[in-house]
Order: sequence, then structure tokens, then C-alpha cells
Amino acid sequence: MDLMSLTAVELGKKIASGEVSVIEATKAALSRIKQLDMDYNCFVTVDEEGALAQAEIVQKKIDAGELNGPLAGVPVAIKDNMCVNGMLTTCSSKILSNFKPTYTADAVLRLQEAGAVIIGKTNMDEFAMGSTTETSYYGETKNPWNINCVPGGSSGGSAAAVAAEEVPYALGSDTGGSIRQPAAFCGVTGIKPTYGRVSRYGLIAYGSSLDQIGPLAKDVTDCATILEIISTHDSKDSTSVDRNDTDFTSALVDDVKGLKIGIPKDYFGEGIDADVKEQVMAAARTLEEKGAVVEEFDLSLVEYAIPAYYIIASAEASSNLERFDGVKYGYRTEEFTDLHNMYKKTRSEGFGPEVKRRIMLGSFVLSSGYYDAYYIKALRTKALIKQAFDKAFEKYDVILGPVAPTTALKLGESLSDPLKMYLGDIYTVSVNLAGLPGISLPCGSDRNGMPVGMQLLGKPFDEKTIIRAGYAFERTREYQRPAALTERGL
Amino acid sequence: MTITDETIEYVGILAKLELSEEEKEQAKKDMSDMLAYVGKLNELDTDGVEPMSHTFDVHNVFREDVVTNGDDRENMILNAPERKDGCYKVPKTFD
Repeated sequence: MDLMSLTAVELGKKIASGEVSVIEATKAALSRIKQLDMDYNCFVTVDEEGALAQAEIVQKKIDAGELNGPLAGVPVAIKDNMCVNGMLTTCSSKILSNFKPTYTADAVLRLQEAGAVIIGKTNMDEFAMGSTTETSYYGETKNPWNINCVPGGSSGGSAAAVAAEEVPYALGSDTGGSIRQPAAFCGVTGIKPTYGRVSRYGLIAYGSSLDQIGPLAKDVTDCATILEIISTHDSKDSTSVDRNDTDFTSALVDDVKGLKIGIPKDYFGEGIDADVKEQVMAAARTLEEKGAVVEEFDLSLVEYAIPAYYIIASAEASSNLERFDGVKYGYRTEEFTDLHNMYKKTRSEGFGPEVKRRIMLGSFVLSSGYYDAYYIKALRTKALIKQAFDKAFEKYDVILGPVAPTTALKLGESLSDPLKMYLGDIYTVSVNLAGLPGISLPCGSDRNGMPVGMQLLGKPFDEKTIIRAGYAFERTREYQRPAALTERGL
Repeated sequence: MTITDETIEYVGILAKLELSEEEKEQAKKDMSDMLAYVGKLNELDTDGVEPMSHTFDVHNVFREDVVTNGDDRENMILNAPERKDGCYKVPKTFD
């Protein structure tokens, strides 16, 4: 039996029943990484020793009856922008190339308390700025479906690691689509929770008003199970919301009868690939056949989401990334004349081109004379976008659309033209601006066999409805794994 | 709008970045392109729309000012690029 082809919940059951030991599960993940990660580069850090030590401890707790949750003993990978005490945490940047946090992110801590075994840290776009995982200082991650393609980003390492069955599940973060888009490109499932649902404590900030941590896994059941564990009220994150509706697995029900689903016509206009359109529309028909009421509507303002997003995200990034100055942690330049020169040289040498581009843009839009024209204008636009969603959700329970206009692009195609890369985020960024939850799940493939993802968006804090709709859709199709795994005899 | 050399210099100071001549030229182009693109927002009538920084009705969250995370000084300072006598070491800041 191949342990790594199981879902996280399936593996958890085998561990709970004693059929598989935590050490066996951990070794299976480590050996798969050794076998494949030379090709895919999903990981920045693999903590073999730490994982095996954790596995021993978790097994003892399971044996003693102290741990009995669904994911106890199941290995996990963490995106490299979440702090794990004592473990290298780089944000895929040179400037944090030697940073070992002294504390653990709250979401990761929740998983550890539930018996997760942390295998390592996954590759990402530097500071989560990018949609391809090509801006990483540690080399690009490749898509397990086609190694000439990007895995998407910025949580590309997490999505590819799940698709390549190097780990059963992973955590990612989503500021403008960074969980949903790589999930779609790699043929896996991911949830971007409502803003405030998961604590951001220990998540290295990019755009603080937009960032959320969420799960990536093989199916909706796994994602709901993981989200149930990591959703908490945390006094260390002032935007963390205290809710008691976090029993997401109760929504794993195969029933969409009467569910009102809206399809924004404006998500299927210019620029969308014909195959993506066809597969997503076919998915909508499938839900309709299962009893949902599906209707097209005009969401409006879609073309204004990306400009508003890049102003707000860059502004917040320029402020958040001021802390990297070569004093308290991370990289420091070798030669300098004085303090100010040390700051400037450290940052110029430590950050990559995309990060510098966004810091520059953010500094500009916040500077006096331009603040109102750009930053405040973007915040007003954000309010209008939120209103458009509120209006849509008066009529619909769920909004269904594509995750991205295309399937995974070829490596190197996006970097030469940043604006073109930004336009690929057209269907994902507005969800972050409006703070809504979204689930991305596979719904077919294009003419080249690359996965197509669809996105289900819900009302604030109504993850349960999109989980139910996603689960019902998922019942109608088999999980598809990359052909390369089968070809390698895995 | 066109981005001048002066603007790039000024933004470089705000951003605490030292760009090479080549990077400056690239930054001028990238920023002009990006500002031209985000200028699209000017098509929207946002008169009377309140700028929204938070999507939900959240308020200031207060707590008692009590230390709960203990003293982790020794571990934290291990991350410093340079340290001396339990302190961060930085270049001389005044004479």
C-alpha cells in the first residue's frame, strides 16, 4: 500500500487504528521527498531529524490516548513564511536566509497540538509576492503535472508538494490568491478562509489587511478537517475573530438541493482560456444537476480589483518590510560606512527585484502628495467592491467561477512582464479585498492535460456553505494525480 | 504619469533602497507602467464613498499591559547579525 497516495484523513485513520505507525508515515514522506524533490524543489528546508523526533513523541501520545484527533501523526509541510520555533524560516528571501524564529505561528501550533509532524518548510514567491513561485531566492518550484510549467504561487511549494504526494497536506497563505491559484495549477484543493478566521500571529506579514493562512490538500474533507483545527480566536492577533461556528466537518454533506449559485458573467469575458471556461461551466451544470439553482449575473467592478489590490498590498508591504534592516535578524551587508548606509545596502542586497518593485510602488503611493490620489482612492474602491459582493450575496449563497484565466503557464513566461503576471490574479484578488472565504478545487483539465480549478466564494464566515458545495461537486469525480507519479511507478 | 529621476531618488530614500543605475532605469519604467495601469481607478466615481481599511466592523482590541511571553532575550539575540554583551551591535550613530 502506498501511504503517500492517501488523503491526510485516511492516513490519520490508519495511524489511529495502529495499522500504520507515525514513524512509518513520517519516513514515507521523507523518502518521497528524497526521491522527487530534486526535480520539483517544493521545499526550502526538510527537517528529517526533527520530524523523526516529533514522530516518536506523537506516537507515544497516541498510544497513551492523549492524542486522538483526525490528523494525529500525519506529516505536514508549512509554507516558509510561517514561523516555527528553531526552524529556518526564510520567506524564500536572501534577507532571511539565516533566520530561526524563537516562537511558532499560532496556526502551526494548533496543528502541533493536534499531533501534526512537521516535515519542513515549502518554497514560495519571495515574501509571497508573485503568482509563480519563480521569485524565490532558492530557485523555482516546478509543477508535478509538467516540469516545464510553474506550480502557481505564491504557495507554489505547498501546492506542488501535495500534488507530488510528498506530504498529505500543507499550510499556505493567501493575500491575493496565493492558496487558490497554485491549488488550481497543481490539481489540488485549497481554502482561503474569511479574514480573521485564522490567527496571523507568526505569519510574516506581506499585506496585513489581506493575508490569511489556509490549508492545501487532496480533497475537501481534508481541507475542512485542517481548517477546523487551525481556526481559533487568538488574542495575539487583534484581527482574529471569536466565533463558535468552526465545526467545518459538519458541512461535509452531499446535498446542494436549492442552493443558490451565482456565476459572474464578467468572470468569463476577455482573456479567459476556452478550456478553462468550458470546464468551469461544466462544473456549474454538474451542481445544477444535483439540485442547485444556477444563474448568471453581473458582479461589476471586476477590472478595478487588480489596480486596487496592488496599491493596497504594495503600500502595506512597504510598511511591513521596513523591519528588515540588518539589525535584529537576517542578512547584513558585509561593508558599510554608517548606519543608514548599512540599512540601504542590506535591503538592496537582501531583497529580490519583485520585492523591491513593490516596496518602491508602496512607498510612492503612501508618500505625501500621492496618498489621496492612490492609496485612499484604492480604499474607496475596496469599499465599492465589498458592496458589489454584499449585493450579490443578497441573491446567492455561493458565487462560482474560475480561479485563474489560464492553466499553469510555462516557466519564465511571466517574469519578463510583471503587469501580465498581475492580470492572472483577476478572479482571486477581489476576495481578499472583500475579506471573503473561497475554496479552489479541481474540475477538469485542459487540452494539454493540465488541471483546471474552479472557485466557490461564500459570505463572510460562511465557509460551511462553500465546503458543502465543494464536497457535493467532488463526489461526482475521481481525484486525479499527476501522470508523472504513475510513470515513475509510484 | 512620467516618473523623473528625482522621484526615483526620493522614493529610494523612503524605501531605504540603494538602486544601481540600471535598477533605477528599470524602476522608472516599472513604476510608470504600474501607475498608468492603476490610474484606471480614476474612471470610478468614488465621491462620498468612505475609504475602507477593514471589511468587518472591528474595533480597537485592548488588553491589560502584562508581559505573558517571558524573557527570551538570549534566544532572540542569537538571530542578530552582530551582537555584543547581550545587545544588538550597530554602526556608530553619533560622534
